[in-house]
This record gives sequence, C-alpha cells and structure tokens, in this order.
Amino acid sequence: MRPLTEAETRAVFEKLGRYIGENIQLLVDRPDGTYCFRLHRDRVYYLSEKLLKVAASIPRDSLVSLGTCFGKFTKTQKFRLSVTALDFLAPYAKYKVWVKPGSEQSFLYGNHVLKSGLGRITENTAQYQGVVVYSMADVPLGFGVAAKSTQECRKVDPMAIVVFHQADVGEYVRNEDTLT
Amino acid sequence: MAAVRVEEVLAAAEEQEAEKRRSVTVEKELELEFDLGNLLALDRNPPPAAGLRGAGPRREALLRALARDNTQLLVSRLWELPAERAGGAGGPLVARLPEPAFRLPREKPPPRPRPPTRWEQFARLKGIRRRKRTSLVWDEQAKEWRRRWGYRRAGGDPARAWLAEVPEGADPEEDQFARLRREKRERVARNELNRLRNLARAHRAGTAVPAAPLHPTGHQSREELSHVARVARVSTASLGRFQPRLPKESAEPPSRSGGKKQRFEPLLGNLAAERSRQLELLRDMGSKKPVLDITRAVNKQLRQEEAEAAAAKGKKQSQRGKRGRRQQRTGRSSKKSGARRQQQQQRPAGSSTGSGRRKKA
Repeated sequence: MRPLTEAETRAVFEKLGRYIGENIQLLVDRPDGTYCFRLHRDRVYYLSEKLLKVAASIPRDSLVSLGTCFGKFTKTQKFRLSVTALDFLAPYAKYKVWVKPGSEQSFLYGNHVLKSGLGRITENTAQYQGVVVYSMADVPLGFGVAAKSTQECRKVDPMAIVVFHQADVGEYVRNEDTLT
Repeated sequence: MAAVRVEEVLAAAEEQEAEKRRSVTVEKELELEFDLGNLLALDRNPPPAAGLRGAGPRREALLRALARDNTQLLVSRLWELPAERAGGAGGPLVARLPEPAFRLPREKPPPRPRPPTRWEQFARLKGIRRRKRTSLVWDEQAKEWRRRWGYRRAGGDPARAWLAEVPEGADPEEDQFARLRREKRERVARNELNRLRNLARAHRAGTAVPAAPLHPTGHQSREELSHVARVARVSTASLGRFQPRLPKESAEPPSRSGGKKQRFEPLLGNLAAERSRQLELLRDMGSKKPVLDITRAVNKQLRQEEAEAAAAKGKKQSQRGKRGRRQQRTGRSSKKSGARRQQQQQRPAGSSTGSGRRKKA
C-alpha cells in the first residue's frame, strides 16, 4: 500500500474529472475529515485517515481491500474506473442520463443504452462525455460514455446506441469474485 | 591618564599596521619562478641550513615560516591577474589564470606498444602497405555511386541473390545457397577468433588492454550498449556532470541505484501537504482545460442547419403549391437544397472529427 505518484494521481483525477468535473475538489478536500487515495496491488482506494491508520497495521499479503475501491490501474498504467466508485460519482455528476424502466434491465445486464430506452438526458452533453446513468426514479444504475451529443440524440433512429456502457450495479452480482 | 592611554592605543595600532604591512612584503634573494596556470611557485633560494638540521619545534617553525612567505608571494601574484565577477554583479571575484606552462610528470608509466598481429607481421615482411579505398563504388546495374558495403551496397543485396552458380568440380547435388551461408558463417567465426587471439597476445605481452565490455563488437544488445554508454559517460573527471548528451540520448540524469527502485512517499506522511498538493494539481489541470467551445459550436451549427432545412422545406412546398412542376424542372430550388445538403454533409463530418478528438472515457 502506498500513496499515488504524481503521474498516477493525474491519471485518476483526469478520469474522475470526466464524470464529475471540478467537483473532485469536494472529494479531496472534505469538511468532515481527511480523506486520501492509496494504491494497493494496482487498485486505487479512497479512505479516511483514521481508517488508513488502522489499515496500515495489516500485513500486505493479508490486506484485501480498504475503504472504497475507485478503480484499478491496468498493466499499461491506464486507469479504469469501477462500479464501486458510483456512490461518489452519483451525487457530483455533471451530466446525467435517465433510462426508461423497460430498458433498465438491459443496462443492468451490461448492454449499451439505445435511443429507444433513453428517458432524459442533460442538456449540452458533448459526445464521448462521461455520464452517470439513473433510472427514472433517480436511482443511480451505473455510468457510461455518451455516444452522441444531446442534439444528435434527438435526430438519431431508435435503435442507435446513445450511451456506451462502462459499469453498472449489476456487476456486484456478475463480477462478485473480482470486485474488491 | 586618558591622554597617555590614547597615545598607547595609537602606538599599538600603528605597530599593528606596520606588522601587517611587513607580513605582506617578503624579501627573497632570488626571485621565485611562477607558473600561475598550475598555481605553482618554485623557490630556488637555498634554505637556512642551520635551522633545518634535526627534528624539533624550531624546524617546524622555520618550515612554516618558509611556506607562509612563499604562499604570500604566490597569492600576491594571483591578485595581480585580470579578474572578473562570475555570475553577475554580486558573484565572486574570479581571476583568469594563464595557460599552464609546467608539464606535470606522468602518474603511471606510459603504455607499452602492443605486439603486431599476425597480419601486420606478414604485411611488414612482404612490404604490403595499406591502400586507401574509396567509400563509393560505381554500380553498373543501378548506374549510380553506391557504398562499398552496407545499406544499398553496389552489387545488390546479397540476401536477395537469386542465383548461385555451381562451380566446376563441385558436387551437383550440393545446395549452393547453403554453402554460401556456411562459408560466410565460417569467415565471420574465423575473423572473431583471430581478433580474440590478437587481444590475448596483447594481454600476454603486458600491454594495457581496454576493458572488454567497452569494446564495441556489433553483437552487443541494446541493454549492454546503453550500460556501456552510461559507464563511459560517468568515467569523466566531473563524473558525467558536464558531459554533453549524445543526439538521441534522453535528458535525464542516471540515477545512483541504476534506475531500479522508485522512491515513494511515506504511507502516513503529511496528509495535509498531500491534500494541498492534490488541490494544486487539480487547479493546474482545470486551468489547462479548454472551454467546451467545440461542442457548443457544433451544436449551434446543427441547430442552424435544422432551422435552414426546415425553412427550405417550407419554401419548397409553398413554391410547388404556387407554380407546380415547372419550378422543379428548372432545378433552382434543387440546386439550393443540394448545396445545403452538401454543407450539412460536410459539417457532421467536421463535427465528428472535432468532438472525436475527445477520447472515450
């Protein structure tokens, strides 16, 4: 377990910034305590200082997970955000997509969101912008990347993909073994 | 009382001044020889013989006084040199030394000449002298000057030779290409063997042989070569600090541990400092991000085109209603909508490249 280096921090913040923009400051600088990022076995964890002090006393081989796992660094040092970060992305998300009840299940199974399943989308969403996907009852389901900008979404045919799937809460069941 | 004291003080001060002035000037029978480039002063005056005999504090004092006098003379000579301020107005005063004149003796004995190789002996015997060869050769096939060997050599690429004649008296079943390859391999091996033999002979004769890893062979791997380059760079008087970089060498200084271990921050270090560093990083990243002008402009353009298309459609319908088919045959409106269609086609292509610059999250 170690703190992130400059390059790693930059990669993580860039990725997070795609979804929550400048609200990362609210994650870094919290009024209710000191929270920090730590790297353990290529995974990035977000935890409070008091938890960190406790976790520091566990031997490295026995330590499985600490705090919240935001994502992991791949072999080529690219940062991949995982669904366990959703609790922190959802309240600060800048661009949101609401999905109709009929295609919620499809999204939760890992499929992309089609135009026919699109309920609402934030105005001024750019193409390839990171978005957080909600159900119509404002329950965060996951996050993804907008395949089309808001303007294009209006004109495109119903079977076209509007949001690429990146992570959804169904992964808690599907990838139970690999989530930490 | 006070007046006497003042006089005493003044006298003492004057004596001190005289003392200082006396210590700056040194009297010598023979002038010293100076080599300021080497900061060298040679004193040919005979030493006071009486004092130097036998060890003791008197001898020490005499020697010390001698050294002090000579150093004083050297320093006063140095102060006479042209000097300048290094590093701007506030920097230290630096004297510009002349070229050193005195040749310092060698530290180690000079290297012995290496024994001649077998070829060199033979050449000397036969009187064969080295003939200077031209670097380029005229290639009749390609009708231009080509290298003697190497990339694009005269005579074509030997690897792509498609014909190998069977020489007279050779076995017709033999594979000529294999034979050529085998012979080349043997030649290379023989050359290498002879080179090593020459090295061994030089080593046996006691000649200094440079370190084997620093012999470029052409068979060294990339890691070996970079290691050798690093060693060569550090083997300078300044330990590589003032060594100019090779053209394609990276500009980072070699780490002491050889680049093996990266130093990380301590786990429970200063968390407040970490937080402030991260906030600064965020600020830097935020300031460099360009405002979303591209997508805004694209959306604006799309909306404009939609409006235009709607307007043109409406116009066309109204025109058709008025004049009927005649308007369509002249193709006036079709030209206009065709131009706009082309524009529409261009713009989405532009927009896709414009916003395609963003990588997928």
